[in-house]
Amino acid sequence: MPVLRIPTPLRSYTNGQSEVNISGSNISDALTDLTTQYPSIKPHLFNDGGELRPFVNLFIGENNIKDLQGVDTPIKDGDRLVLIPSIAGGQDVT
Amino acid sequence: MLPELSRDEILRYSRHLLIPEVGLEGQRKLKASSALVIGTGGLGSPVALYLAAAGIGRIGLVDYDVVDSSNLQRQVIHGTSTVGKLKVESAKAKLVDLNPEIQVDVYNEPFTSDNALRIARDYDIILDGTDNFPTRYLTNDVAVFLGKPNVYASIYRFDGQASVFYAKEGPCYRCLFPEPPPPGLVPSCAEGGVLGVLPGTIGTIQATEALKVLLGIGEPLIGKLLLYNALDMTFDFVKLKKNPNCRVCGPNADIKELIDYEEFCGVPSHDHEEGSAGANWDITVTELSERVKQNHLKLLDVREPHELEISALPDAKNIPLGQLAARLSELDSAEEMVIFCKSGARSARGLELLVSAGFKKVKNLKGGINAWAREVDQEIPIY
Repeated sequence: MPVLRIPTPLRSYTNGQSEVNISGSNISDALTDLTTQYPSIKPHLFNDGGELRPFVNLFIGENNIKDLQGVDTPIKDGDRLVLIPSIAGGQDVT
Repeated sequence: MLPELSRDEILRYSRHLLIPEVGLEGQRKLKASSALVIGTGGLGSPVALYLAAAGIGRIGLVDYDVVDSSNLQRQVIHGTSTVGKLKVESAKAKLVDLNPEIQVDVYNEPFTSDNALRIARDYDIILDGTDNFPTRYLTNDVAVFLGKPNVYASIYRFDGQASVFYAKEGPCYRCLFPEPPPPGLVPSCAEGGVLGVLPGTIGTIQATEALKVLLGIGEPLIGKLLLYNALDMTFDFVKLKKNPNCRVCGPNADIKELIDYEEFCGVPSHDHEEGSAGANWDITVTELSERVKQNHLKLLDVREPHELEISALPDAKNIPLGQLAARLSELDSAEEMVIFCKSGARSARGLELLVSAGFKKVKNLKGGINAWAREVDQEIPIY
């Protein structure tokens, strides 16, 4: 089963899990499986129209799915997917 | 023609001179170089300290804040003796003490569309140590327009990212993140917290990348993004490609000059006001202290449970912001309610959620429980 690595800011939506097993033959199916397992993560990944938000970057291994076939990119057992969050931190504001 | 090193400088930099990849010529290159550090916070601290120690000839520091004691858990360029002083002056004093051979120029002002090109123009490299999306997009666009490398890093709790965005040779920040997340979707470090040593690790990587770029050695993180997790102690790398549709560095770029970044990101970048939901929706801590005496006022605390161990208001109901939407049924929309958090920003988002769900008698506690601790009950700690 492919494994999806969840970045810290999104772990509160995956019961604190840093890695989640997801099933599906392509990215689209796998993300459907993810949002079925963890519904509260959905608005963080998809906009109201059901499209992946532009600031959400999903990588298979080292490669961005945007440079492959997007959500149609096939995946297989043992693939490691990484979700890259857009974080702004560095310094502190109140 | 590179500048010569003095006898003192040769001794000071002797450990560099012994490395063939740096050597005398490399050290002279560093002396001739200049670096602009945006932000003298968690990332800017190690960045500026190590660049100064390494002998970068001229370092620029941009910040408009003053040192607060809550900074010192990670902003190691400052100290207890400089609490209350301007961050750029506090940082400059440390750098000059560390290395009096270098020049430190300070800009005690926010980095904005009005001054950014003027400030950055005369530097060889830009290091982004900011804390907010508007300034990150501004820094990126400035670097693209001026053709300079932008050494990027960002942190959150235990996660860090670093890359070198250099549009001449690879992707820029916008190639990866064409637009920012909607306001409120990603918590800031002030809300989410950060392990103090994390910016030390990531900022030191930023400084390393800057030195490599300036010396022309090794393989800088151009076209690569480093992902670090301190808890798992993992370093992952992913490949970044230039986005052909990038609006600033792509072939059909339509952004040709600096824009209004606060409008673009939908959030203020230089707002030091406490979190506010707007005058009509706010209640001050003084008003609240009067109102609680008259009762019939429900208090809703939207902070995380571990924050309640630090400070709390009696009889407040706790529903963390992330659970609010799913737990609306626990609240009575007919009841008068005051929603609060640490400083008022999260509760302002909670208020929006409640209002859109039909709550009309709800107010946001301006400045949050920290304002209450400052002005009403000094027994409560501020965090």
